[in-house]
Amino acid sequence: MEVGQMQRRLVDYTKTLFMEGFLDAQFLQLQQLQDENNPDFVVEVVSLFFDDSEKLLNNLSMALDQPNVDFKKVDAHVHQLKGSSSSIGAQRVKNACIAFRNFCEEQNIDATLRCLQQVKHEYYLVKNKLETLLRLEQQIVAAGGSIPMIDMGF
Amino acid sequence: MNLSSGRGSMSITSSSAAWKPADVVTDQFPAGLRVLVVDDDPTCLMILEKMLRTCLYEVTKCNQAETALSILREHKNGFDIVISDVHMPDMDGFKLLEHIGLEMDLPVIMMSADDGKHVVMKGVTHGACDYLIKPVRIEALKNIWQHVVRKRKNEWKDFEQSGSVDEGDQQPKQSEDADYSSSANEGNWRGSKKRKDDEEETDERDDTSTLKRARVVWSVELHQQFVVAVNQLGIDKAVPKKILELMNVPGLTRENVASHLQKYRLYLRRLSGVSQHQSNLNPPFISPQDATFGPLSSLNGLDLQALAATGQLPSQNLARLQAAGLVRQTAKSSIPMTLVDQRNILSFENPKLRFGEGQLQHMNNKQQINLLHGIPTNMEPKQLASFQHTAQSIGNMNMQVASHGAQNNQNNSLVVQMRQPQSRGQILGDSTVSHTPRHPSSMVQPILSNGMAANVASRNGIPENIRAPGYNLVSQASSMLNFPMNHASELPGNSFPLGSTPSGFASKGAFQEDVSLEIKGSGGLMPGYDIFNDLNQHKPQNWELPNVGLTFDAPQHSSSLQGSPDLMQSVLAQQGFSSSQMNGHNRSAAVVSEAIPVNLFPDYFEQVLTSALLKQQEGTAPTENEFDFVRTTVLFMIAVSDVHVHCKRKIFRTIKSAGTRISCFFQKPVVCFVVFLSNLP
Repeated sequence: MEVGQMQRRLVDYTKTLFMEGFLDAQFLQLQQLQDENNPDFVVEVVSLFFDDSEKLLNNLSMALDQPNVDFKKVDAHVHQLKGSSSSIGAQRVKNACIAFRNFCEEQNIDATLRCLQQVKHEYYLVKNKLETLLRLEQQIVAAGGSIPMIDMGF
Repeated sequence: MNLSSGRGSMSITSSSAAWKPADVVTDQFPAGLRVLVVDDDPTCLMILEKMLRTCLYEVTKCNQAETALSILREHKNGFDIVISDVHMPDMDGFKLLEHIGLEMDLPVIMMSADDGKHVVMKGVTHGACDYLIKPVRIEALKNIWQHVVRKRKNEWKDFEQSGSVDEGDQQPKQSEDADYSSSANEGNWRGSKKRKDDEEETDERDDTSTLKRARVVWSVELHQQFVVAVNQLGIDKAVPKKILELMNVPGLTRENVASHLQKYRLYLRRLSGVSQHQSNLNPPFISPQDATFGPLSSLNGLDLQALAATGQLPSQNLARLQAAGLVRQTAKSSIPMTLVDQRNILSFENPKLRFGEGQLQHMNNKQQINLLHGIPTNMEPKQLASFQHTAQSIGNMNMQVASHGAQNNQNNSLVVQMRQPQSRGQILGDSTVSHTPRHPSSMVQPILSNGMAANVASRNGIPENIRAPGYNLVSQASSMLNFPMNHASELPGNSFPLGSTPSGFASKGAFQEDVSLEIKGSGGLMPGYDIFNDLNQHKPQNWELPNVGLTFDAPQHSSSLQGSPDLMQSVLAQQGFSSSQMNGHNRSAAVVSEAIPVNLFPDYFEQVLTSALLKQQEGTAPTENEFDFVRTTVLFMIAVSDVHVHCKRKIFRTIKSAGTRISCFFQKPVVCFVVFLSNLP
């Protein structure tokens, strides 16, 4: 596949992600931060996000697995996840976290467990999408092309 | 200076040669702005760092609040602004905010994914200069330099205001990014005003091309000179120029004095304003406010224990205090301050505790102010109320003390000590809690007050005119703190023009204010320090606080004491005054311990304690001390609540039985510090 084609595919794919709400404008900000001095910035940040989120999700699972759930702790973790996902631009994860926090306030164990599942689900989805997207970018760069800037009109 | 950078012009006009806010604006400004960003979320941290770098700022990042603090401490003047997350595992972001405000007086921006109104409001009340909602966009970061400039501008403007603290300069800062609910700056001025009090100034005039401002180190002596000068002129008439002339310190500029004066006024104002609820930011300058002594009350027991626990208060001291029975261990603790807070508040940097260094570090001043800052935020409304009570009682006590003290010419020394440079020197000179120098007329308290009074007095500005420490208190709950100050003025050694009668109980009004100021400031820091005023020891004239250093003993050099010494000092100072007055005739000057919110007068406290310790060590506390000391110990009891009243009575009984003359019994709850001047080794 030639570079132009790859670029078009990337653009379309990215647009889809935005349309479907997986990503929001914050992700664009990240992309704009990337420049020749930091060509891997997005990749690094996203990897960092993945590592951090997985830790948080593990902690959440453990916390909710306790006989006496410490909702304060759970809330703190969710808050953290909300912060990092919003900084990355992972919109659906962020929204799931917001719902999660509401149920934490109510101290509703069943609801929070469901929320956890929801958050995990969204997280894995966006992880998948981002990995695909970054792979596309890598291919373009490897083929000598440049990553097109997406103007979503945000 | 040219206002460069395409970021917009700074409408700062500088007419004098003084440092102007515009000075910091160089051609590259705001490029090179030194930012410290703190966030435990690695993703956010990385993104922020990148964004800030893109804005051409110099970024340092760290993921722990404690690390951030140590970085800031290590590199004083190494940063221009701090951005911190609210929720962090090792320390609450607001706590960090307070620390920074107290110690470094840098503008701090809070940020969080939490955009709830109460959280944002918390940022405002804690003095954050802005609040950003995550995810943070780069546009929001592009303008953070305005906080740095604004802060400096206001300080500069204050230089020019000779007579009043100009608080109208601060305009609410509107975040350019409408997406983010940045809090307006209304709360900022308050925080920054308070923070200004803590600023330290160094001697060099910094290069105008940097963002640093000229700083003068306000040493203890310098500050005392300042306070003396202000007192001579009268707090209302004290203009920087005249103060400068009176002080006659080579190398000191009018701007230095002006900025220090501003801080001092703010400090005083805060003292008077703390009594009012936090929401009330503009208390009358010297208006006796209902001191929020709540925290103070709890100081006694709580603080002692807490302090002891934290190691700040040497256990032996605590034991001593307890043994003396004068210390109420029951912590009625409404003290909002947690140990951490206390420590923070009390802690002056290590240097402060090092009396041997001979001077209160500039930090002292800062600390003092800082403490003040921090305290109000910690105080709960109800505590404030209790404060008021305690303040009242203190006031009462002071009155009584004062009355006694009147008899003793030495009383003046109470206050005097503070002012006396020599005593100061002595006190400070000792590396350890060394003995407070015995000045013939030096009252023990003064010693403490040396540091404290000076600090306190100078801080409050009002105290200058404090005559009767006690009296003021009576009228003002808060006067407690002022108490010492008043005394200070009385002390012969004091050059305070206050001229209040040596027995100085005349100036009730002043006192009150002082106390209230002090008390307010402390916001309940009143540590349970019992400052032992070594009143009785030695000669009637030696109102030394043998044991001022209760807290000082151990920690003198340790930072752990940081907080305590200050408190002690202030307490001592206050106490000292009152006690000296009281015992004027009574050789055994009772130690008047005022529950001086340490916060209020870190410096004072330290000095006071120092002096007390010094005295102690000097051996001025002869054997007779023990007994005398007990006798001379004036116990101020502050009853914050009914319970306290009981304790108060109990203490009174105890004191009485010990042979001490108790001239007054305050009905109203007053924060009371029991300062024991003990010569106990």
